[in-house]
Amino acid sequence: MPAISFQQVSKTYAPSRPQRAQGQPGLKALDGITFDIQQGEFFGLLGPNGAGKTSLISILAGLSRPTSGSVRVHGFDVQRDYAQARRHLGIVPQELVFDPFFNVREALRIQSGYFGIKNNDAWIDELLQSLGLADKADANMRQLSGGMKRRVLVAQALVHKPPVIVLDEPTAGVDVELRQTLWQFVARLNKAGSTVLLTTHYLEEAEALCNRIAMLKQGRVIALDRTSELLKSAASNVLRFKTDGSLPWELAKRARITGRIVQLPALDAHEVEQHLAAMRQAGVAIEDVEMRKADLEDVFIDLMAGEQTPLEVAR
Amino acid sequence: MMVHALGWRALLYKEVLRFWKVGAQTVGAPVLTAMLYLMIFGHVLEGHVKVYGTVGYTAFLVPGLVMMSVLQNAFANSSSSIIQSKIMGSLVFVLLTPLSHWGWFFAYVGSSIVRGLAVGLGVLVVAVLFAWPGFVAPWWALLFAFLGAAMLGTLGLIAGLWAEKFDQMAAFQNFLIMPMTFLSGVFYSIHSLPPFWQQVSHLNPFFYMIDGFRYGFFGISDASPWLSLAVVGSAWLVVSAIAVNLLRIGYKIRS
Repeated sequence: MPAISFQQVSKTYAPSRPQRAQGQPGLKALDGITFDIQQGEFFGLLGPNGAGKTSLISILAGLSRPTSGSVRVHGFDVQRDYAQARRHLGIVPQELVFDPFFNVREALRIQSGYFGIKNNDAWIDELLQSLGLADKADANMRQLSGGMKRRVLVAQALVHKPPVIVLDEPTAGVDVELRQTLWQFVARLNKAGSTVLLTTHYLEEAEALCNRIAMLKQGRVIALDRTSELLKSAASNVLRFKTDGSLPWELAKRARITGRIVQLPALDAHEVEQHLAAMRQAGVAIEDVEMRKADLEDVFIDLMAGEQTPLEVAR
Repeated sequence: MMVHALGWRALLYKEVLRFWKVGAQTVGAPVLTAMLYLMIFGHVLEGHVKVYGTVGYTAFLVPGLVMMSVLQNAFANSSSSIIQSKIMGSLVFVLLTPLSHWGWFFAYVGSSIVRGLAVGLGVLVVAVLFAWPGFVAPWWALLFAFLGAAMLGTLGLIAGLWAEKFDQMAAFQNFLIMPMTFLSGVFYSIHSLPPFWQQVSHLNPFFYMIDGFRYGFFGISDASPWLSLAVVGSAWLVVSAIAVNLLRIGYKIRS
């Protein structure tokens, strides 16, 4: 039985009042999403802003209802059997939210209580220890830094020992120490059998952690494969250089540009020569030229820039 | 019974702990306000007004003020908790749990009852220092305090779900709850009103809460306590059905 099963999930948001007045339809955020995540997987859900990741997680969490289709967690439908489905799910929300009335231990005890768990202090202590929160147990939530609040969010999601953990952008804006602590802890849970679904904009994290990845674009799955297969599918090399000039449009739309640094996918020596020729022709001066192996970010940019027909290859 | 079916008790505990942690604001302040009403109105009107022929005005005022405090604080508890957690985003901690709509209902209304009764008891303890209202039928008083708190806790739940901004909540409170409370006979017996306004008062369910509650102190009331019980009980069932249904469909909390 899959840990999570998305079956033909679509979501269309009702049009706003001005949109309705102009006869415009609502926004289609998800369009027939279908894939399974097996138990024990470390699965990455990637896509640019507005691709539908948050809509899909919201439906999984029961915060939102699909317009059509169904989602199951360990076989329990998130709408019909919501109580059982949520018992199997631990979700770390994207927003840094907290209840200002309570200290960390109180927040975790209360969260345990919502799941009907009493006397959960042994597990709460282990969570506090593992997430580096032990000395903050009696601190009010308002007194914590952003990183510490993020750790509490993780602890709250895990307080009922869910077999499926969903991390929605858990490392957005947090320091290196928390990332290390968090990934070590989550990797340990994954090794112990927990399923992990991760959404992130840090593609190096997804590449390092996830066995399998789905990429969303405009509400549809455009890639779904093992991480290693996705890397193989990309151009195997990347041409990296610095420039002050403007790239020709054909190159610019495929490039990763960070300040002066430009990285262009190149399949082979012939394509490298084509890129260089195109830049010579456009009068773009380049320096510090080098080649490197492609990574997940290159795959991502390539897929997002392309006009591919959505491919839904379940492996 | 499944384990998670008991989760509502944790939400009830959390909601009680929430207002208790700011007790000076949630319990102390309304007790002080009621005491000021009692001092000012009692000072001005005691000796000038007799209600039901024999009851002094300050003594008459005590049950009205106690019940007004019960009602306003029960409403404030559920409404402020939900609107705050909606706006701050912390409602997600409850939304992600297996709690059913019934669990939400019992917890939010239950905690409102606890706060309403706690404030009411505080006001009563202070008020009896000014005037002894008598406790002719205390069970009636307790029953109406409970039902009044439940009714307003439920209305607060509905308002909290409906409101998207604090000013919408303030409008609900200032233009609906406050006038209905003040025009329900807190400060006067409706028999002192012209006949037309007496009839209008009979359409206000808040009147029956306060009148029934007052019966528990004096054994005298403007309407029969049984009629008041029927009206208040029915009104609570109606607003409860609305609240439970809003929670079931996730009105403004699940998209």
